[in-house]
Amino acid sequence: MLSNIGNLLLFLNIFFSCLIINYSFNCLKISDNIIFKKIFQIGLLQCTAILICFFTLVSAFLVSDFSLITVYQNSHSLKPIFYKISGTWGNHEGSLLLWVIILTFFSFLFLIFNKKHPKDFRLYTLIIQNFLILGFLFFIIFNSNPFSKIDPIPNEGLGLNPILQDPALAIHPPLLYVGFVGSSIYFSAAMASLITNYSNKFFAISIKSWVLISWAFQTLGILIGSIWAYYELGWGGFWFWDPVENASLLPWFAMTALMHSLLVLEKRNLLYFWTIILCLLTFILSVTGTFLVRSGILNSVHTFANDPSRGIFILIFLSLMILTSIYFLFKKYKPINAEINSNSRETFILINNWFMMFYLLTVLLGTLYPIFTDVLTNYKISVGPPFYNAVIIPIVIIFLIFMAIGPQTKWIKNKFSNLKLSFFILCGAIFLNFVIINLFRSYSIISNLVIISSLFLIMSSFFDIFKKPLINFPRIISHISFGFLIFFIGLNHNFSEEKDFNLKLGETIQIDNYNFVFQDLELFQQVNYKAVVGKISVSDTKTKEKRMLNPEIRIYDNPQTLTYEASIQTNFFRDYYLTMSNIDRSEYYNIKFQKKPLMIWIWISVIMLSFGGLLSLFRNAKHN
Amino acid sequence: MQNTIKFFIILLLVFILGVFFISLNKSSNYDTKYLLGNKLTNFQLKSFYDNKVFINNDFKENNFTLINFWASWCAPCRVEHPVLIKLSKEKNLKILGINFKDKKANASKFLETLGNPYDFLAKDELGKQSIIFGIYGIPESILINKDFTIIRKYIGPLNNKDFNEIKGIIN
Repeated sequence: MLSNIGNLLLFLNIFFSCLIINYSFNCLKISDNIIFKKIFQIGLLQCTAILICFFTLVSAFLVSDFSLITVYQNSHSLKPIFYKISGTWGNHEGSLLLWVIILTFFSFLFLIFNKKHPKDFRLYTLIIQNFLILGFLFFIIFNSNPFSKIDPIPNEGLGLNPILQDPALAIHPPLLYVGFVGSSIYFSAAMASLITNYSNKFFAISIKSWVLISWAFQTLGILIGSIWAYYELGWGGFWFWDPVENASLLPWFAMTALMHSLLVLEKRNLLYFWTIILCLLTFILSVTGTFLVRSGILNSVHTFANDPSRGIFILIFLSLMILTSIYFLFKKYKPINAEINSNSRETFILINNWFMMFYLLTVLLGTLYPIFTDVLTNYKISVGPPFYNAVIIPIVIIFLIFMAIGPQTKWIKNKFSNLKLSFFILCGAIFLNFVIINLFRSYSIISNLVIISSLFLIMSSFFDIFKKPLINFPRIISHISFGFLIFFIGLNHNFSEEKDFNLKLGETIQIDNYNFVFQDLELFQQVNYKAVVGKISVSDTKTKEKRMLNPEIRIYDNPQTLTYEASIQTNFFRDYYLTMSNIDRSEYYNIKFQKKPLMIWIWISVIMLSFGGLLSLFRNAKHN
Repeated sequence: MQNTIKFFIILLLVFILGVFFISLNKSSNYDTKYLLGNKLTNFQLKSFYDNKVFINNDFKENNFTLINFWASWCAPCRVEHPVLIKLSKEKNLKILGINFKDKKANASKFLETLGNPYDFLAKDELGKQSIIFGIYGIPESILINKDFTIIRKYIGPLNNKDFNEIKGIIN
């Protein structure tokens, strides 16, 4: 029953998309600037239909309708309701439906919120976006249908992977999808702009809000994923340069570059083709990321189940997207001989873009390199943190300095009037850095430079708040937050401590200034798992601080899996992080203890960074 | 000039997409076949018996060394043990045993009962050293020559066929 409704709604959506494309082409033939009313009506119907389709799948999960393969494979009747719902998008098929929802809603909202822009530009955007929607709908129906039936109907489901049964992971995909699927709308708008020659600053205005929304959500999505990895995967880190993490970071770099280059297009009518390339690149990178994750060609902690047929479909889709966009880009491209003064705001924004492209290429290379060596030389390698740290960290220092100076500059022709202030701020940053070293501990030269440059950015941006008139508050928030992010990562990296040892129940161990006592081990029965909870006290003999940490080993029944839950105690100064894992054929447990200073501030910095983006969105909406 | 750039951009993109296409049909599972022909460099292993640490130099004199990863709790290791005993009689070959994530008492008992084929015996209590050798399960054995090049890699228990192969190589 639910399967039939779902399938019907999917076909209905295909029909609506075709209708919209058809009416839009018809509408283009008429020379006035009015868009047919029925296009809006069908758009609304399309949104409603896809939403109902999605809720049909949610209901199938809620009532545990195991006649659907997707529900059977990813749910279980005893699972808590919250995870039944989040299970809807915790799998490949369901998450594609979420993709289409975002494609459809962004398509409709772009149409109704851009009334001031020319008809042909809006209609072409709508047409291209609907081609994308069609592509994904075909993919769903013919390859990854969440409404596929199974016969005979199983009595019970296989359950959702326990590491996905987590509140952070329930909201991580939707946030991330608003980010990178949302970028589809400026892909479509960029194509429409090329087709209709709508190439002035108004194009920038038409997509600015969409870039800001997707950027803010992408940032939040990456953050939530990172927090989840921190407490769930038990490695104690927050970024592992895992291929799938990288896949989410690639469009983020492109979006960040785009967000800045749009300013130049809006203010100075320059960098049009570059902006277009960034619009196209962002969504192409999003689809590339999806291809890498879904096709299974990369091994990673969160690779979806491998299925080459999925890969083929996404690859064909990706190839078509790339070739079409390249075709229009090359066809319309004309070199523009605009002079940009080397000392101007434009140049500094371009410098930001170069840095973003550098990071993007570094991460892209690191992510794709293993695939290339495997295909070309049959040699399997993996590129890990040492590569990224070695390439990215030194460049961050220069980037932060430019990021601090850039906003102080003026459009067209700049004259540095505040060099004295910048010099004092730099001295202040160096002084603070040495205070940290003196009070705590010294660190490497590179770390010194990272801390100094991040403090320089924070303080420079901070002084901007007092400038009259206050120019761009959201920008100040984002720049300060980014400075803090790097600052806290730097401190966290340098002052983290880690102890790895084996301990059995009742035993005590002293390592450096830490005393660990394995006091107790208890077994708890929860709704869908059993938990073995350890009581381990940690005392710091130096500071006389004593803490009780309760790491867990969870034994899930459906599917039968062991997971290790870190025990984390957070305060504003540090996190105590402890994981416990059983050792086969032994009464000993492997204990990994970490003290990570200022962890919470890393999360807060990213939230503020994203908040800056949202503030900018409201500011932009108010201005236009 | 512009056309050349365009041509190269398209060529690059087609190349990337082509690589993606080929990789779709390749298994992305990790295997250690590629280690064949590589040289083992700078390893350090704790002796099973005392505090001595084995390094590359300790094996320099051997014409061939078979590095065998084993544990008392591993049933297939018992199966391959007679083959190791037979190999231990070969003059041209020295056997380095690496006792993997095991308890010393159990391991000693294992060797007392079944015989000790090892010329050198090291231990890897946490299984971390074995990663360097590309080990992901035991038993596994690696045959290296005088200059530490990996000639053969045996995943799973050694059998008589492997015995003959090793004998053929070393003589």
